Amino acid sequence: AKYISQCIDEIKQELKQDNIAVKANAVCKLTYLQMLGYDISWAAFNIIEVMSASKFTFKRVGYLAASQCFHEGTDVIMLTTNQIRKDLSSPNQYDTGVALTGLSCFVTPDLARDLANDIMTLMSHTKPYIRKKAVLIMYKVFLKYPESLRPAFPRLKEKLEDPDPGVQSAAVNVICELARRNPKNYLSLAPLFFKLMTSSTNNWVLIKIIKLFGALTPLEPRLGKKLIEPLTNLIHSTSAMSLLYECVNTVIAVLISLSSGMPNHSASIQLCVQKLRILIEDSDQNLKYLGLLAMSKILKTHPKSVQSHKDLILQCLDDKDESIRLRALDLLYGMVSKKNLMEIVKKLMIHVDKAEGTTYRDELLTKIIDICSQSNYQYITNFEWYISILVELTRLEGTRHGHLIAAQMLDVAIRVKAIRKFAVSQMAMLLDNAHLIASNTQRNGICEVLYAAAWICGEFSEHLEELNQTLEAMLKPKVTTLPGHIQAVYVQNMVKLYASILQQKEQAGEKEAAQEITQLMIDRLPQFVQSADLEVQERASCILQLIKYIQKLQTKEVPVAEEVIALFAGELNPVAPKAQKKVPVPEGLDLDAWINEPPSDSESEDEKPKTIFHDEEQRHSKHRPPEIDEEELARRREARKQEQANNPFYIKSSPSPQKRYQDTPGVEHIPVVQIDLSVPLKVPGMPMSDQYVKLEEERRHKQKLEKDKKKKKQKKEKKGKHRRHNSLHTESEEDIAPAHHVDIITEEMPENALPSDEDDKDPNDPYKALDVDLDKPLADSEKLPVQRHRNAENLKSPDTEAPLVEKKSKKPKKKEKKHKEREKEKKKEREKKKKKSSKHRKKKHKKEKEEKSKDKKKSKKKQHHSEEETAESVQNGTLDDEPLPPMSSYCLLAENSYIKMTYDIQGNLQHDSQVTVSVIFENKSTSFLKSMELNVLDSLNTKMLRPEGSSVHDGIPVPFQLPPGVSSEAQFVFTLQSIVMAQKLKGTLSFIVKNDEGSTHEKLDFKLHFSCASYLITTPCYSDAFARLLESGDLHMSSIKVDGISISFQHLLAKICFYHHFSVVERVDSCASMYSRSIQGHHVCLLVKKGENSVSVDGKCNDSTLLSNLLDEMKETLSKC
Amino acid sequence: MYLFVLVYFPEVQFPLTFCYKETISERNRNMIKFFLMVNKQGQTRLSRYYEHVEIQKRTMLETEVIKNCLSRSKEQCSFIEYKDFKLVYRQYAALFIVVGINETENEMAVYELIHNFVEVLDKYFSRVSELDIMFNLDRVHIILDEMVLNGCIVETNKNRILAPLLVLDKMAES
Repeated sequence: AKYISQCIDEIKQELKQDNIAVKANAVCKLTYLQMLGYDISWAAFNIIEVMSASKFTFKRVGYLAASQCFHEGTDVIMLTTNQIRKDLSSPNQYDTGVALTGLSCFVTPDLARDLANDIMTLMSHTKPYIRKKAVLIMYKVFLKYPESLRPAFPRLKEKLEDPDPGVQSAAVNVICELARRNPKNYLSLAPLFFKLMTSSTNNWVLIKIIKLFGALTPLEPRLGKKLIEPLTNLIHSTSAMSLLYECVNTVIAVLISLSSGMPNHSASIQLCVQKLRILIEDSDQNLKYLGLLAMSKILKTHPKSVQSHKDLILQCLDDKDESIRLRALDLLYGMVSKKNLMEIVKKLMIHVDKAEGTTYRDELLTKIIDICSQSNYQYITNFEWYISILVELTRLEGTRHGHLIAAQMLDVAIRVKAIRKFAVSQMAMLLDNAHLIASNTQRNGICEVLYAAAWICGEFSEHLEELNQTLEAMLKPKVTTLPGHIQAVYVQNMVKLYASILQQKEQAGEKEAAQEITQLMIDRLPQFVQSADLEVQERASCILQLIKYIQKLQTKEVPVAEEVIALFAGELNPVAPKAQKKVPVPEGLDLDAWINEPPSDSESEDEKPKTIFHDEEQRHSKHRPPEIDEEELARRREARKQEQANNPFYIKSSPSPQKRYQDTPGVEHIPVVQIDLSVPLKVPGMPMSDQYVKLEEERRHKQKLEKDKKKKKQKKEKKGKHRRHNSLHTESEEDIAPAHHVDIITEEMPENALPSDEDDKDPNDPYKALDVDLDKPLADSEKLPVQRHRNAENLKSPDTEAPLVEKKSKKPKKKEKKHKEREKEKKKEREKKKKKSSKHRKKKHKKEKEEKSKDKKKSKKKQHHSEEETAESVQNGTLDDEPLPPMSSYCLLAENSYIKMTYDIQGNLQHDSQVTVSVIFENKSTSFLKSMELNVLDSLNTKMLRPEGSSVHDGIPVPFQLPPGVSSEAQFVFTLQSIVMAQKLKGTLSFIVKNDEGSTHEKLDFKLHFSCASYLITTPCYSDAFARLLESGDLHMSSIKVDGISISFQHLLAKICFYHHFSVVERVDSCASMYSRSIQGHHVCLLVKKGENSVSVDGKCNDSTLLSNLLDEMKETLSKC
Repeated sequence: MYLFVLVYFPEVQFPLTFCYKETISERNRNMIKFFLMVNKQGQTRLSRYYEHVEIQKRTMLETEVIKNCLSRSKEQCSFIEYKDFKLVYRQYAALFIVVGINETENEMAVYELIHNFVEVLDKYFSRVSELDIMFNLDRVHIILDEMVLNGCIVETNKNRILAPLLVLDKMAES
């Protein structure tokens, strides 16, 4: 540093000299220092001096330094403008070149504006060297000074066909970059690029062009089809790996953008996958990596074709390179199926054992859990196996993911009823061996597993065989070394165990044993009472007192077990993580209000329970498995009350825990909440023996033999789990347990315009919310509604959805069949459940819709064909969705012998008072149409947005000319004040017709009709939000009925969606709720019912005028059907 | 604030709506973010940034990048996912060339570009060494500037890359 500062001083001296050569040298040194990380911005002025040197050698140094250290914030940069301009126009091409290069590094908006014109001229310089650079600089200039794009673009386009390949590739580069950001604007260049692609031999250029096409194809599906062939040719012929990789990437992108599942493309996918396989098999690690990367892209859309290469990917897991292994892991995630899950996980477990380095091991661990738990444990057929895997994972040393394992244990134990007994026995083992975990993992997270173990053992103590042993394990002095929150769970759960033991003993009449166990508790609990952790201390002392009291009663020979057990009566239900959001805010409850106020407010009977429940729900949202806390809360509260009342049995007389909740004053909730917060969800764990796993494996094999039977059962289990997991309501239907919140939500569901059927469906919402957490299917379903904004994509979406739907819908059916064979009696019930569950599953409404339509189709086909076909037709049905009739939202604006105008109006999302009118002009004549100008007579309410400075009477020029037979589209923006009424604007299109005989001026008048529907923006809406909206009561209602409708309900809905910009919220049989939003934020809700030959539409909207206008429009559309 | 400017393109069918904010934040992402030459000791021998990075951050970035590269063995692949972008590197004797690229760039192409660059250096300096680069930093910069401009690959033909440099040398001699 000393040397450097000395140098800098020296340089400063040199800079002061007049000799330009010395200065240049100094600047050169500075550049070097800058590279080493020293700030040289103080020398900016000197750099400019050197830049302006007349001698090229010095000038170059100056520019180099400038390009290294100048940036937008450098203030002296404006001084350079003239110098740069001078250099740009210098006769020496290298002066110009160096100026251009420098400029690319430090161009600012100001420089860009001032120099844009100079650079433009350079683009047609005689020397390709300059042209090339100028073209590239333009990109930077465009970025900084977007106004320059328009004037420069024609020239840029010319450069695409420049004789010099360097200039050409530069132009391709620039346009590619521009187009990737705004592909839509460059679609028109596609043919040109296509030509370039097929003719060019320069791999660099090809890569760029192919990349560009990758960006364009999502917008123009037809392009994709055209591209496939040349691309596959390239893939076959090229020897350049980078080009091959790019082609494969683009083919993948193209195929994704095209609707998947088209048969003729499976060949290209196959080709891609094969090529990728070659890449992956290559000994070059780089290629391997890229291959895997591209493979994971394919996996998203074509999982099947990738699955066949499982062997290869498993091989990659053994690779020396960590990044390759991680990529392979990503791929595995998508490749698991019921059949291979165990095998894959087994392999991963071996890797876990072998892995050195904790990060990679942690990564493996999370992946194992991800893979197993994905889509709601979809692929797990044997939960016992899964539990033992989890237990085995607890043996990992130094992992950070103890809480993950714990969460999984809890989740599985709670949701899979049938597994509880097994889980409990495993957890008890963990607890017995707690010292192993606790001792060597003090610092890391694995002891979190004990949290889960203790909780599971306590909660499901009825399944535990060696109660005493487990209790003693939990009372070991060692336990006090565990983190506080785990101890707290220990304390709480040992009481549960204690209660079970007590009951057991009393039933068996062993009073002595019962008293012994009480004594044991009294002896050991004090060690927790002394805990430094407040939470533990508080719980322990509470419980100690409680047990002392029990002891007193015991000595009087009073049977207490029943009452103690009652402390923990009740079943826990899993609550969806998003459930909280689904709870409507009770009327009159202001969440922002002071906490002290609610007690007084809640005096009134109506409000009280609501507020309390709300509190509860909030608490849920804070913890991951909220249900636990819920119950614990209840329990704790009870315990506390008992303490307080000094008579634990008194309270028990109250009929249900719910009531107690209501009775508790609000104040009491607060401390409890705090306590809960300190208890994150975690599970303690124990080292699992290898033998155990082996046993499991064996068991598994046996099970495989008995597959048929067991699988069905397990599936059932799973299903039950799904249901429980996902929806509060279904839970309440199935589990008898008193799930307070659940009941309440159903109660609170408003009675609205929705039919009673729909009420049943409400459970979907929490379901949906849950689904969001899950993986791919969700993402898809979430995206789809968004896509609906665009008409074009509207049609596409069913196709993409179809495969997903198919998968899911198949399952329930298979199961159904099996059930039929087996249990005829239960069949009906189950089917009901299944139907529900299938609805709840994943795909939400859309899916439902699909399924329904499928059903419909089924029934249709039944009518036409024999019944045998039904089974197949169901499956086929999903694939090729009932074709919707072609629909165009463009309607005729005006037409004469020269030109035809059609238009469509779209709301503008960003502006609440703007709509965009897209007009397609079609030249019907044989003449050339030019100088088209569109003018509209503004009304008070609706005005055309004109460029600044033009008067209201000026027309807007249409930005293109029309050769004969060509059609093209232009967009015009209109501003609106009120949107409740339909509007009509008169307008004129004037244009010049040019043909051989000369040119004539022509006019065409039109009336632009802004229907109310054009103010609506298709907005997806979840049914709970929808219900809340209806419930809010500030919507006006109106309805219409149209007779004589013959088209199918599906088509009808599609029409409403398409022409009136609605989206379907829910659909039940021939009844659907729909939603849309106006650009000014009006909510519009519809209930569409189909009768025999008629359709009735009930609507609700913030604005009654808007609603009635909308309904009128709809009536018109419907009556055309 | 968003400023919307309607621009009509004669050639293109749709009017373009530009949004300034987007222009600056989102579109200004170069494909190649930086080009580094670092030796095994972690000393930077050449650095070129195609987007502005503050000088302190540069040093930090460089040390982290080289640490990442050094920790990898020859058996591992040459691409590293680093923060929100990717590093492509190649090792030549004791010298690492590291290029930072964004997601959209073709890794393989950049990988080949690095080699191309080294070949050009080799040709110009006839058997290039680390010292050549240290002492002729400005020339290396010129070569690099000829090849990569604005974060885009411009020129890969060796003769054309070297042409301006040779002219320059002639001028210096005369």
